[in-house]
Amino acid sequence: MLLSTDIALIFSQEYGRAVSVLVRVFGDIDIAEEAVQDAFAVALRKWPEDGLPPSPAGWIITTARNRALDRLRREATRDQRHAEAALLHAGSEPPEEGPVRDERLRLIFTCCHPALAPAARVALTLRLLGGLSTAEIARAFLVPEATMAQRLVRAKGKIRDARIPYRVPRDADLPDRLRAVLAVVYLIFTEGYAAGREPLCGEAIRLGRQLAGLMPDEPEVTGLLALMLLVESRRAARATGAGELVLLADQDRELWDSGLIAEGQALVRMCLRRNQPGPYQIQAAINAVHSDAPTDWHQVVLLYDQLLAVTPSPVVALNRAVAVAEVEGPAAGLELVDALDLDRYHLFHAVRADLLHRLGRDAEAVRAYDTAIELAEHVADRDLLRRKRPT
Amino acid sequence: MKQYMLSIYQPDGPAPAPEVLEPIMRQLDALNEEMRAKGAWVFAGGMHEPGTATVLRSKGDEVLVTDGPFTEGREHLGGFTIIRAADLDEALEWGRRLAKVITLPIEVRPMQHGSC
Repeated sequence: MLLSTDIALIFSQEYGRAVSVLVRVFGDIDIAEEAVQDAFAVALRKWPEDGLPPSPAGWIITTARNRALDRLRREATRDQRHAEAALLHAGSEPPEEGPVRDERLRLIFTCCHPALAPAARVALTLRLLGGLSTAEIARAFLVPEATMAQRLVRAKGKIRDARIPYRVPRDADLPDRLRAVLAVVYLIFTEGYAAGREPLCGEAIRLGRQLAGLMPDEPEVTGLLALMLLVESRRAARATGAGELVLLADQDRELWDSGLIAEGQALVRMCLRRNQPGPYQIQAAINAVHSDAPTDWHQVVLLYDQLLAVTPSPVVALNRAVAVAEVEGPAAGLELVDALDLDRYHLFHAVRADLLHRLGRDAEAVRAYDTAIELAEHVADRDLLRRKRPT
Repeated sequence: MKQYMLSIYQPDGPAPAPEVLEPIMRQLDALNEEMRAKGAWVFAGGMHEPGTATVLRSKGDEVLVTDGPFTEGREHLGGFTIIRAADLDEALEWGRRLAKVITLPIEVRPMQHGSC
C-alpha cells in the first residue's frame, strides 16, 4: 500500500531534479515549479490506486511537462507573450525521454549566482533544489513568511528579467562560482546548527551529497561534505537533554554517530590522496582528527597552520591558538590570543577566559567571562559560559 | 539577444587631471572598439557634469523647468554604454572590463524592450 508519506519522500528526493529539467525545457522557474507541483498532486491521486510507476521521477517529469504544455497552449491562444515565449523555448529543446539528464547542477549555479543577494541564494536553493516550502524556509530563518515569499519572488524576477543563465560556468569562472555554491550549502548547514533548526543540517548534507555526486572531481566539494558529516556526527552529544551545550572535550563519545564519522573520515582520506587542499578539506581534516580519541593536538596545530595560510583570518588564528594551548600550554595560547583584534567576538573572550582560568588568574578570567556572556547572541552559549565562569 | 545598460557612477567634483584621464580614455576607446567588433556595442556616451542638467516636471497643463540634476547625492550618472548580450554572465563580463578601465562603480541593468 502506497502511502502519502511515501509520496512525500519521493517529493523531497525528486523535486529538485524535476524542477531543474522543467526549467531547462521551459526556460522559466515559475512554470517549472507549478508544473512539478501539479504533477505531484496528480501522483497523490493516482499512485495509491495504480501503484508506483517504474520510474517515479520520470513519471513526474513527463506528467509535469505535458501539463505545462497543455496549460501554456491554452494561455498562448489568449495571446500571452509569456506563454508563447515558454512554448517557443520548449519547442527548441529535445523532449526529455528515457533516462533523465541531470540538470540540477545548472540550476544550483543559477540559484547561487553572485548577482543575487546572499540571503536570496540560500532561499532559492532550499526552495528549488531542496523542495522546501516558503513557509518552511521562513520558519528556518526566523523571518515572516510574507518576507520570505517576497524575497523569493524578487530573486526569481531578477533571474528572469536580467536573464541569469541556467549554466554551469566555464572553467575560468568555475572556482569562484563554485565557492559561492559551497558557501550557500555551508551557510544552510551552520544556520541549522542553532537549536530547533536541525532540518536545515539534513538539507545541507543532502545538497552536499548531490553536489559530490555531480562534481566528483572537485576536492572542495568532497571536503565540504566530509566537514558537514563529521560535525553532524556529534550532534547528539553536543547538548544535554536540557539543551545545555557540551564542549567537545566533555562530550560522551558513545553518543557520536560512528557511521557518519567513518564516512566523513573516508572522504577526508580521499581528499588527502588527491592533495589539492582547500579550506573545507582542511576543516574536515581537523574534525576528522577530533573524531579519534585522544585528539592529536600536534596534528590539529599543523592543520590550522595550513588553514591560516589559505584563509588568513583572526577567527582561524583564534582556533589555532586554542590548539597551541593544548600542545604548549595555556601561556603560549594566551600570548597568541592577546595579539588578535577580535574584541567584539564572544568566543575571543571565552577562549581568553578559559586560558586565564587555567593559568590561575581567576579575577581576570571572571572579567573575560562577563564580557563573553555580554556579547554572546544565543541563550545556550550564554548558559555554557555562566556554568564555566569561576565563582 | 538582450540589451543591458552599463551605467558609470561618478563622484561629483572636478574631473581628474588630463594625465590621469588620458590613458583611461585610450583604453575606453579600445574597449568600445572591441565591443563593436564583437557585435556587442549598441551605444555609448559620456555626460557633462551634473550641474549642467535641467529637470522638467509635468504639472497639469504646464511643464515646469528647473535647474538640475534630479537626484540629490554625491554621485551621478557620468556616462553609459548600452550593449547586446546573450545573458547576464556575458553582460557582466563586459561590465567587468569596463569597471577595470574606468575604475568607477558600474551598474549593469537589463533593458525591458531593448531594440533599435
